[in-house]
Amino acid sequence: MSSDPLRRRRSTHAALAAHGEAWVWLTGGCLALAMAMIIGVLGYIVSEGVATFWPRPIELIELTDGRKVLGEETGRDTAPDGTGRRLVRTANFELTGKHFEWFDDGEVTATTRPAEATVVERLEGGRFQGFPTRLLHGDEVVATGGEEAWRGFREKHPDVRRRWREAWRIDKGDRGELQRKLRAARLAVVQAELSAGADSPAGAAAAAAEKAVAAEVEAQERRLDERTAELRAGNEGWGLEFTTAPGESVVLPLADIVRAWQPNKLSFAERLGVYASRWGEFLGDDPREANSAGGVFPAIWGTIAMTLIMALLVAPFGVLAALYLREYASRGPMTAAVRIAINNLAGVPSIVYGAFGLGFFCYVLGGSIDELLFRPALVADGQPTFGTGGLLWASLTLALLTLPVVIVATEEALSAVPNSMREGSYACGASKWQTIRRIVLPRALPGIMTGLILAMARGAGEVAPLMLVGVKKLALDLPIDGTFPFVHPEREFMHLAYLIYDVGFQSPNSQAAKPMVFTITFLLVAIIALLNVAAIWIRGRLRRRYVSQQF
Amino acid sequence: MSTSPSPADPRQLPSSAGSGTDRLAVVAAGGQVEPEVHERVRQTPAVLEIDRFNLWYGTKQALHSITMPIPHGKVTALVGPSGCGKSTLLRSVNRLNDLVPSVRITGEMRLNGDPIYDQRMDVIELRKRMGMVFQRPNPFPMSIYENVVYALRIDGESRRAVLDEVCERSLRGAALWDEVKDRLGESALGLSGGQQQRLCIARAIAAEPEVLLLDEPCSALDPIATGKVEDLIQELRGLYSVLIVTHNMQQASRSSDYTAFMYLGRLIEYGPTTDIFTKPVLRETEAYVTGRFG
Ligand SMILES: Nc1ncnc2c1ncn2[C@@H]1O[C@H](COP(=O)(O)OP(=O)(O)OP(=O)(O)O)[C@@H](O)[C@H]1O
Ligand SMILES: [Mg+2]
Repeated sequence: MSSDPLRRRRSTHAALAAHGEAWVWLTGGCLALAMAMIIGVLGYIVSEGVATFWPRPIELIELTDGRKVLGEETGRDTAPDGTGRRLVRTANFELTGKHFEWFDDGEVTATTRPAEATVVERLEGGRFQGFPTRLLHGDEVVATGGEEAWRGFREKHPDVRRRWREAWRIDKGDRGELQRKLRAARLAVVQAELSAGADSPAGAAAAAAEKAVAAEVEAQERRLDERTAELRAGNEGWGLEFTTAPGESVVLPLADIVRAWQPNKLSFAERLGVYASRWGEFLGDDPREANSAGGVFPAIWGTIAMTLIMALLVAPFGVLAALYLREYASRGPMTAAVRIAINNLAGVPSIVYGAFGLGFFCYVLGGSIDELLFRPALVADGQPTFGTGGLLWASLTLALLTLPVVIVATEEALSAVPNSMREGSYACGASKWQTIRRIVLPRALPGIMTGLILAMARGAGEVAPLMLVGVKKLALDLPIDGTFPFVHPEREFMHLAYLIYDVGFQSPNSQAAKPMVFTITFLLVAIIALLNVAAIWIRGRLRRRYVSQQF
Repeated sequence: MSTSPSPADPRQLPSSAGSGTDRLAVVAAGGQVEPEVHERVRQTPAVLEIDRFNLWYGTKQALHSITMPIPHGKVTALVGPSGCGKSTLLRSVNRLNDLVPSVRITGEMRLNGDPIYDQRMDVIELRKRMGMVFQRPNPFPMSIYENVVYALRIDGESRRAVLDEVCERSLRGAALWDEVKDRLGESALGLSGGQQQRLCIARAIAAEPEVLLLDEPCSALDPIATGKVEDLIQELRGLYSVLIVTHNMQQASRSSDYTAFMYLGRLIEYGPTTDIFTKPVLRETEAYVTGRFG
């Protein structure tokens, strides 16, 4: 019996391809792998970053050679021969010349957690660890004995700290303000001399005005001096005496102590309190000790300001360029070439953009602006205003860097607008621009937002070009602040991504800075995520409004 | 009734049936045939005159010397097999084909005497004198209200009272007012397909066009929505001059005053709807409208 000639033979291969099981596994596997890596990286950053400020117990370690060390165990590993060793943060750099030390397990005879062991964060010199013994005020001993001294310290320290803060604020804020005033007057004189000549009445008037300002500034300076002297006198003499583990006695001035806690004695709530206060300092204060301690507030501010300005610059630019390319330019070899060029721009190393930004924006553009508008500053003290790196130039450079992303995404979004909508608009008698403005752009907006989200994520995480065009290791004057004209696009600024590089790889005390690096990374990722969530939320609203189609 | 010089009822004349099928064969072979245009069409005043109109997509000719007057204030249906150039003809009327780069035309069209393809004709002004509804509903990504008054908005009209009045009148005209009057501010994309199509009709009649062009307005709709749109066309009859493309013979016979049968870019027969459907001059027209061919 012959088989039915109409019946087609089916191979097992065809059946597998038809059912697609293999592809489901392949695609799903790729996604799982990608997710595992992403979650791995993020999870590591988050777990390390979140743990940094948690007050961990410190141990008194006794060694076979009779030495005693007080420290916090920060790491552990096993040598090839199977013996373990631990990394201990011993602090007290000025006494031992070390921040960290390795100990073999064999060397250690005993570890205990003494209740009165105290960790001190100082303004300078890194951490200090020891046992409080006496609270001193000048020659007077205010309290003796560990517990008494600690209680006295807890009582006095907030006042000392408040006075220190006020003095610091005067030094940084008020004095800076006076200096700016003085400089403005000086520049007015130079300006008058430049435009009217030194002996002209205008020059004389400006000079007189400068004298008046100088006198006033001096008077105010004197008042500030008095006030700071008074504040410092209030703090003078207050000190907390410690005994270190080996038995040395050290007096720390209270004004130098940022924060102190006795980790082995803390309850969970108190631990949480220390944790919160350290996060508060991290988010809200200026950095200390070459950025490896204190806060990163200027960097947060700089990162957000730069990213938003970049987005504001790149969005109209990229969208208009894409509009021309997609809606107006006639299809041909020219547009194809332009499109290829734009796609290739995305592959140019970012440092090249940095070099371009420095050469063109800072030196050419900024230099011309200085020549035209800020000549007095150039003449007076040779200081460039716009002719050097700054927030504006950094934002512009990154806008250029992220331009291809925005153009490509916008083009995609524009070509996804159904032609029927365009024709409907034309049929109503709309001109091309009216159609674009009222129909095409709103409809493409969610897609454009996607491009912007990608651009912001890319731009906020960029380091290399920023080093050339305005990001500095330390720049405490915020680019947006309360002094006229509030936005200072010419100022140099700090940036979290650069801070990661700086703290992680340029720090003199890199071991101590390591947790800080994780925390900064965590913060940067969190900020980018936050910006993205905001953008995605906006996009969702736009999409509901302009795109959703119901059948 | 028909004043056509051809024999009154071709079905009684077997010889003409033979010559009738020949016509389509001639056309299919690329030849030219004289269209059968009933006298009554010529006697009614025309809102739109199409005069020996040819159109090419690149090298391919899609319309062959179309000559037909579109009567004023009447509904004229364009029927014919798929690909015969109905949409092309409609889109030539409001010059939407200008957007297709490869299109080339010869011949003439006149809207109330104004030459449509004249150098001095402002396309934008021209399109404002017409309304068009497409095969698939294409509401704009904006509110129902803004969709309806779109044509006025682009003219710079911003007086709320005027816009409100036009919006209500157009929506009532499109038999949609009662369904959407409480949600004018909501996105038009949230309407059902049938509602969207009626919204597009409201949008097309908002600017009181001289001609209303409907390109298979019911093809994407279910029977109920189709019924509503058909009723609507009935109501528009007499108020507007309507040119409607349809594949649905019942629709054409029910809602139009005149019917034109096209084939492969040619006009074959054009006359009053009752004549076309009950006693067409040509055998092939009858074959098409009765569904025996096409
Ligand atoms: N943009 C275009 N480029 C090239 N050829 C086209 C274009 N649009 C239509 N055509 C061709 O022109 C001819 C007429 O097309 P048209 O769309 O006018 O037909 P139609 O009668 O509306 O058909 P249907 O009833 O299917 O809508 C077809 O052969 C089609 O392939
Ligand atoms: Mg069509």
